[in-house]
Amino acid sequence: MSIRHGLLALLERGEMYGYQLRAAFEESTGSTWPLNIGQVYTTLSRLERDGLVRSLPESEAGQRPYEITDAGRADLALWFATPVSRTDRPRDELSIKLALALTTPGVDVRSVVQTQRAATMRALQELTRLKYASDRPEDLPWRLVLDAMVFQAEAEVRWLDHCETSLVRYRPPVQDPQAPARPAGVVRPTDEEARR
Amino acid sequence: MSGADDAVLDLRDVHRTHGVGPAAVHALRGVSLTVRAGELVAVMGPSGSGKSTLLALAGGLDGPTSGEVRVEGQPLAGLDRRGLAQLRRRRIGYIFQNLNLLGSLSAVENVALPLELDGTGVRRARALALAALAEVGLPDLGDRFPDQLSGGQQQRVAIARALVGERRLVLADEPTGALDSQTGEAVLHLLRRRVDAGAAGLLVTHEARHAGWADRVVFLRDGVLVDSTAPLGSVEQLLSGTGR
Repeated sequence: MSIRHGLLALLERGEMYGYQLRAAFEESTGSTWPLNIGQVYTTLSRLERDGLVRSLPESEAGQRPYEITDAGRADLALWFATPVSRTDRPRDELSIKLALALTTPGVDVRSVVQTQRAATMRALQELTRLKYASDRPEDLPWRLVLDAMVFQAEAEVRWLDHCETSLVRYRPPVQDPQAPARPAGVVRPTDEEARR
Repeated sequence: MSGADDAVLDLRDVHRTHGVGPAAVHALRGVSLTVRAGELVAVMGPSGSGKSTLLALAGGLDGPTSGEVRVEGQPLAGLDRRGLAQLRRRRIGYIFQNLNLLGSLSAVENVALPLELDGTGVRRARALALAALAEVGLPDLGDRFPDQLSGGQQQRVAIARALVGERRLVLADEPTGALDSQTGEAVLHLLRRRVDAGAAGLLVTHEARHAGWADRVVFLRDGVLVDSTAPLGSVEQLLSGTGR
């Protein structure tokens, strides 16, 4: 998701100036994505350069409203019609951390798993509490944003549970300092046999 | 911090071993846990970690091999069978995955049953049962029999039965069972509301989303409490990012 499409979606409701856009953006993401006003204006000027929004004459109060153009509407419609690609998201630090924990000597992997589980569980409690406190009908968009984060946190806890179950069964390959660089283990000959 | 004045449930160094000798299974190994009035504690852990044993001990359905279990300050070991049965009927509500509703009784009769068993008059028991059914959102279905209710409605009747009267301790074991996510959420909402009204709640679950309703989550591994989440801040603190 980009701020760009967020602003286009807001402008589809009607013309707005920078501070209004920032407030509306934060409201619709339940303040989970705070913007500074500089980001709003930078994005607006790029959108204007690309012909997706148009700036209108300043009001007497010195505020310059923006409106969405037809090209902007088409771009917005395309965005809504396109699924979010998982590969566009940032790399998952947690899974990389666990993979490294497993192969780094001296790291208690179960403890890494539990520390993360308690932290994620705690976040899930916070999200649930916020959801419980937002029960007015007009809170629905905010509740759905919270729900998305709840489900993501839940998935993470389930994945951590899965990791722990796998760890219980995991037996790291024995490293014998006296042995040759690649010891003749149980697995290797089988692999080599398979290659023959 | 065990033994605080507002502790409704207090487990002190509780052990529970099944069997003897080499075949002995140590279901719980030195668990201490306090649940206060107005507090919902969730217990999470893999299968076989001792969750259900913990809940059975908390509800006086089973006794510890060593250690002490107190409900509202009363050591359960000091009660005879009759006293224990009375405490279970009056002070403890159970919500289990298996609903145990009696098919030959209507919803309101199912809810009134523990009160009547305890000597409450039929009319008063019925009035309290109807109030409990209204609290769980079933004000008009009291005269229906379990097989005339949906799964979600049956679960609500079971919750009304757990909450009816002056129950100060509510114990829940995977209370949403096979309910869909919306109905399951409504069940936890009810549990949360009862706890906010002053009960103490202990929820055993392996679902993180359900444990999310708790004030504190404790993690059980091989019969030992290994970790706990820190207390939560208020909604205002959470919104301003200072809830940690």
